[in-house]
Amino acid sequence: MRDIKTLIFKEARLEWKQKSMMGGMVLYVVSTVFVVYLTAKGLVSPNTWLGFYWVILLFASIQSSARSFMHENPARNLYYFSMASPVSIILSKMIYHTVFLSLTCLVHLFIYTLLTGYPVQNSLLFITVSLLGCWGFASTFTLISAISSRAGANTTLMAVLGFPVILPLIMVCTRISIQATSGLDVSVSVKFVLALVALNLLSSTLSVILFPYLWRE
Amino acid sequence: MVSWWKILCIACLTFALIGGFLLPVPALPILHESIRNLYYHVPMWFTMMFLMSVSLYHSIKFLSSNQIRHDLWADLSARISMVFGTLGLLTGMLWARHTWTAWWVNDTKLNGSAITMLAYLAYFVLRNSMDEPQKRARISAVYNVFAYVFMLVFIMVLPRLNDSLHPGNGGNPGFVSYDLDNTMRMVFYPAVLGFILLSWWILRLRIAMSDHKTPTE
Repeated sequence: MRDIKTLIFKEARLEWKQKSMMGGMVLYVVSTVFVVYLTAKGLVSPNTWLGFYWVILLFASIQSSARSFMHENPARNLYYFSMASPVSIILSKMIYHTVFLSLTCLVHLFIYTLLTGYPVQNSLLFITVSLLGCWGFASTFTLISAISSRAGANTTLMAVLGFPVILPLIMVCTRISIQATSGLDVSVSVKFVLALVALNLLSSTLSVILFPYLWRE
Repeated sequence: MVSWWKILCIACLTFALIGGFLLPVPALPILHESIRNLYYHVPMWFTMMFLMSVSLYHSIKFLSSNQIRHDLWADLSARISMVFGTLGLLTGMLWARHTWTAWWVNDTKLNGSAITMLAYLAYFVLRNSMDEPQKRARISAVYNVFAYVFMLVFIMVLPRLNDSLHPGNGGNPGFVSYDLDNTMRMVFYPAVLGFILLSWWILRLRIAMSDHKTPTE
């Protein structure tokens, strides 16, 4: 437990030292939102608003997860391998990325609302599904990033591997988001939220089980 | 080499092909006798899942034992499963054209099966990106496990969550035991068995071909 906490703080400290990376993420999100705002040209229907929202969040999560394994050099990896168990490493990376992506998501929502409006009626449900979605993206993409870093550190490969697998998550998230914008009673969404939590637990568990096989050299 | 299961395969498939077209089925007003598609479309998917399970089994065996032979089996069974998956999609589209007058509809089960194909195609892209056999085997085995679990989610879990046009989901008659009459069952079960045995035969031949080219231990 203690090494996981140490590793999380290590990631946070490394990130804080290179503030350009964090700034880069925020800039990425803001620029993408701006592109959407300019191309959509005015009022969009709630479903379109949601579509753009989730696509921007998806691409932001790929960007942030790609940095998790791709930029580490082999010497440092060997050091980590001798210091901590693979389970601690993957858990710390997943937790760190979930937190980071959640913060990015809130920034994204703020800027997006500022520029394109806010058709959501049930805000609590919408924020919940956004944060759960961030957890799902972070856990899936962390493992995919680990796989593609071992296979040549190619961002294209990460996208190719990641998109099919992330689709059920997106499908469930957009379903719940549409229910949040339609002003339906919360009881309609409960089973989908539970399914989302189950999906996230599934991908997190799988990542933790499978990562040790990747970590072996 | 003549084996009992090869003879059984030929017998089952001959019966399924001839009986599938000549034995009586319920004829309905708009659908006519297009239910005959059941005899061919569904076994394609069962066969695909059977082969993907074989691939999963060998991936897990490789991860635990590191014997390269398991990687060969995992790769070839995944490849043949793609063939059957494509045939499943094509037979489905043919039926869809006659029943729903569209080659494709925006339906959870259809999208889920297409995305499964994409996930396994990404598996092949991943394999191609690595040269060293042991590393390729290990990393693709990890992704194979991931893709299989998500395949189960796409094909089994999601269609039950959402409404669907596809027979067997969304309240439509399909696989429940009282939906298939005994004459149809008489053709359906041999068809499933025949196609699974056929896929096994093809797999064994492919393994033998590969052994002939480059023997592995």
